[in-house]
Amino acid sequence: MTDVISFKEYFDALLEGKLLGLKCSDCGAYTCPPKAVCDSCGSRNVKRVELSGRGRITTFTTTYVAPVGYDKEVPYTVAMVELEEGPWIVGRIEIENADEIGQDLIGEEVVVEGKEYPTEMFYPDKKRRVVPVFKLVKA
Amino acid sequence: MEKRDVAVLGVGQTKFGHHPDKSLIDLFAEAFYEAFNESNIELKDIQAIYYGNFVGEMTDGSANLSGFISDEIGLKGIPARRYEAACASSSVAFREAYLAVAHGIYDCVAVGGSERLYNAGTAIGTRALATAVDGLHEMTAGLTFPGVFALAARLYAKKYEIPMEKLHEKMAHVSIKNHKYGAINPKAQFYNKFGDLKVEDVLNSKVICSPLTLFDCCPMTDGGSAAIIASADFAEDVIDNPVYVLGTGQSGAGGLFRQKEDMIKAIPRKISVEMAYKEAKVTPKDIDFVEIHDCFTIAEIIASEAMGFFEYGKGADAVEEGETWVGGSIPINPDGGLIGKGHPVGATGTSQVYAAVKQLRNEFKYNQVKDAEICITDTLGGDFGTLVNIILGIHRRK
Repeated sequence: MTDVISFKEYFDALLEGKLLGLKCSDCGAYTCPPKAVCDSCGSRNVKRVELSGRGRITTFTTTYVAPVGYDKEVPYTVAMVELEEGPWIVGRIEIENADEIGQDLIGEEVVVEGKEYPTEMFYPDKKRRVVPVFKLVKA
Repeated sequence: MEKRDVAVLGVGQTKFGHHPDKSLIDLFAEAFYEAFNESNIELKDIQAIYYGNFVGEMTDGSANLSGFISDEIGLKGIPARRYEAACASSSVAFREAYLAVAHGIYDCVAVGGSERLYNAGTAIGTRALATAVDGLHEMTAGLTFPGVFALAARLYAKKYEIPMEKLHEKMAHVSIKNHKYGAINPKAQFYNKFGDLKVEDVLNSKVICSPLTLFDCCPMTDGGSAAIIASADFAEDVIDNPVYVLGTGQSGAGGLFRQKEDMIKAIPRKISVEMAYKEAKVTPKDIDFVEIHDCFTIAEIIASEAMGFFEYGKGADAVEEGETWVGGSIPINPDGGLIGKGHPVGATGTSQVYAAVKQLRNEFKYNQVKDAEICITDTLGGDFGTLVNIILGIHRRK
């Protein structure tokens, strides 16, 4: 059986605090964000699941020069998180003192939430952008 | 099926930099005619055009360029097509052209590309470049290209247990080297500029995406490049100094989040480069110099490892120790690379071929690698996504 999760469904769920993904019935691996096949083995035998939304920061960067459409948001910090279930996702960390953070942010435990931003001319969702936001657990 | 040997007849490249007064077609035409004029052929010998362009829609409001180009440069009616693979656009075009000639579909074709990102301005240019990240899941967070390589730099530092500040100092040597070489290349965007950078200049320049600073990044560039390629038999009939295409490779990958920590190993590059080495029947030890996709300082380091010149985690030491300078064990980017020469995205791949061919013909007087016989080019499109490698040499494949 193949479950399909549209990007709208994925981002709607994220706004409600739920991180959706796929679990492979063949190899057991998780895929998030969802795609047409299991990210690990390529099987189409994938089932919809809700992931824990917890993970650890693997890398990050603070952007000072933004593309058109994102310029009002600078500086903003983009991070990658390795979820408990294995997949990596891209989102933002909201940090006051972006200039002062260093490598020790890597490894910090986070939970993911969705936050709504205005869309821009070229973004596929013409109503809004839903950004995964990572909240530090220890904060 | 046995492939025919293929050779480059001529190459051309515009001056890289700011061209507010030249269209995408003008830039291609200028490079094309430089290549054509040294190819000793007639226009009617050219049977098809393979043209690379990344974001003509966003910078010039122009798509569907290939037909216009064939008409405007005097090649009315021949098959022409545009290739888009982000920064690897004209390298994919070159590889497709090579395969078509190798398999006997055509005897002689024109390849190249053009782009106008400088003229588009930083905000539109940055957004245009960002069309090469995952459009939904990476773009929603505002991930940009300096951002991609900033993420890679931090991951590299973590994985190989190098303090980030220390790694940044090592990365600075890529910028120092490539600016030094760009400053002596008259066709480079930064000709006569930044030829004497110090580590502190790189570290203290404006932060773009932490930890990457302005001097870690290649510039936005307008420019064009071209090459005429033909079967080796055809080439040997018309010119005395063909440069042979010994092998090519191509691979790809999904978004950065799908590649996970493998991003710093650049797995698609490994697959592509091994394909090229195998076809050319060479190993990294046979390569005399490299044209690497140094869109950012860390990018050159990661590429030099994935291509087999250094062990994973050692590429940063190699540039600091001079291994990748002209005179070192494996010179990288003697033309200045993307950082010193400029990066007109759709034209970058064939400009690497331009530099390689000029070197192999011993015509690159500004920074000639002595007795060079074999070069490999490396072009990266997107966030470690599309990878193309081209191996060129002065003798036919063994």
